[in-house]
Amino acid sequence: MTQATTTQHNRSKSILTEQAPVVSIADRKAKNATLRGRIGLIVYVVLLLLPIYWLVNMSFKTNTEILSGLSFFPQDFTFANYAKIFGDPTWYMGYVNSIFYVSMNMVISLVVALPAAYAFSRYKFVGDKHMFFWLLSNRMAPPAVFLLPFFQLYSSVGLFDTHIAVALAHCLFNVPLAVWILEGFMSGVPREIDETAYIDGYTFPRFFVKIFIPLIRSGIGVTAFFCFMFSWVELLLARTLTSVEAKPIAAIMTRTVSASGMDWGLLAAAGVLTILPGMLVIYFVRNHVAKGFALGRV
Amino acid sequence: MQTKVENNKAWFLVMPVFLIVAFSAIIPLMTVVNYSVQDIFDPYTRYFVGTEWFKQVMLDSRLHEALLRQFIYSFTILAIEVPLGICVALMMPTKGRGASLALILVAIPLLIPWNVVGTIWQIFGRADIGLFGAFMAEIGVDYNYASNTTDAWLTVILMDVWHWTPLVALLCYSGLRAIPEVYYQAARIDQASRWAVFRHIQLPKLTNVLIIGVLLRFMDSFMIYTEPFVLTGGGPGSSTTFLSQSLVQQAIGQFDIGPAAAFSLVYFLIILLVCWVFYTTIMNMQKDK
Repeated sequence: MTQATTTQHNRSKSILTEQAPVVSIADRKAKNATLRGRIGLIVYVVLLLLPIYWLVNMSFKTNTEILSGLSFFPQDFTFANYAKIFGDPTWYMGYVNSIFYVSMNMVISLVVALPAAYAFSRYKFVGDKHMFFWLLSNRMAPPAVFLLPFFQLYSSVGLFDTHIAVALAHCLFNVPLAVWILEGFMSGVPREIDETAYIDGYTFPRFFVKIFIPLIRSGIGVTAFFCFMFSWVELLLARTLTSVEAKPIAAIMTRTVSASGMDWGLLAAAGVLTILPGMLVIYFVRNHVAKGFALGRV
Repeated sequence: MQTKVENNKAWFLVMPVFLIVAFSAIIPLMTVVNYSVQDIFDPYTRYFVGTEWFKQVMLDSRLHEALLRQFIYSFTILAIEVPLGICVALMMPTKGRGASLALILVAIPLLIPWNVVGTIWQIFGRADIGLFGAFMAEIGVDYNYASNTTDAWLTVILMDVWHWTPLVALLCYSGLRAIPEVYYQAARIDQASRWAVFRHIQLPKLTNVLIIGVLLRFMDSFMIYTEPFVLTGGGPGSSTTFLSQSLVQQAIGQFDIGPAAAFSLVYFLIILLVCWVFYTTIMNMQKDK
């Protein structure tokens, strides 16, 4: 088998070398196309980063400088905006709150979604298709629809203004998403592995934890990444369900509007700090994410 | 596709998901249904009004306008983001350090909280402190997203293209990476043109991810709230007030709970309908394979 492919490979190579002049023209063409592609990509990335660069630039300026005119680099470089955020608990607790409920949501979503995704990928059961569609339909539910009922529901059970309330509310769209992505990864694992393990005398929980979960590690990484992402960027529900104790940073940022006008520098600094956690997370999962996307389940 | 075993005990595995989603979906949804058929003055005085709110919502011209705007908006951004995303994906390098760097850089906008996206563009588009606004003023365009309807639309669409094209690009990128090298070799031997390669090799392989991409972008743009709210506040006038925002205005701003609830249900049903159509299409396509 291996030999056959090697010979085939060699043959295709020899065809390529025999038609050397034609190929070299094609090669040059391809090279030109790649070059154009690189230039196009660089232009796109620069345009993409321009607004972010502007925000970073502003965050290092004083308000007087921001309002006195445009400059591509801070003339009067200052860390004052960042110092203010890190020096004031009402500011930095916003980040702590956000990270806290996002992590809680990630854990809850994964823990409940793992067994369910296994069930969907391995078994047929009464109402499985309807259940799957119903789950997905929640991913499509506009948060604005649930705003008021959520507020009342969580107030009535005494969870208003707690981290768990936001974490649970975000489960509305993250759990279906997690089930969907994980199901894709699990379907890629051959059934024979399960069967062999059961014959070897593994019980279901032991098999699941010891054998199955390590097999879909990258799937879990991707799922965690998307749960993080969608919970981190959501504001409408998080803001509605909190007032003081669990208020997310995104809601605290609105404080920069005051009677004396906008505190642009502070707003920019707070914005820059909300971008950092996402960049860290994507750096860690960069190799897995492409795989997750490839399943088309995001 | 492997055959699945029939086993109703699998329900036990699905139970936790069912309970947790039911808690945050069914209870609130039933509350909304409850509101939509009642006239509520205070918690103790409420009357059953039947379908009156639904009639009112169906005939409300403000909502018709918001719905129309919503459709125009969603289709505009789809028409821009899908081709642009494919182009970006085709340009991204497939191997080496460049590949992960490009991946990270392109993905950045996706990880920014939505209100910060609004803030970034709010700053970026202002003529006095923003680069884009200043640039427009420099080349002599009278541009002001806060007072001019066209400019407001332009900015909202530009913002969405900036924010979400990366998602389409990443989806297509991974779809492209799934194409075996052999296909390209064959094309090279046949001396196929760049266009032929795209049309007959790449595009067919992208169909699946593109459907997911279109579905996601349609749904998410259909529920967009935070970004335009921060950027334009729905203005000038109500020219950039989309469905979610008019719903929130009605429910929280004016506290018209009954009509707002009826509106919510109609809104949800529209999304569900489109979602169902997409879902069946995808499932049928997978069956055909």
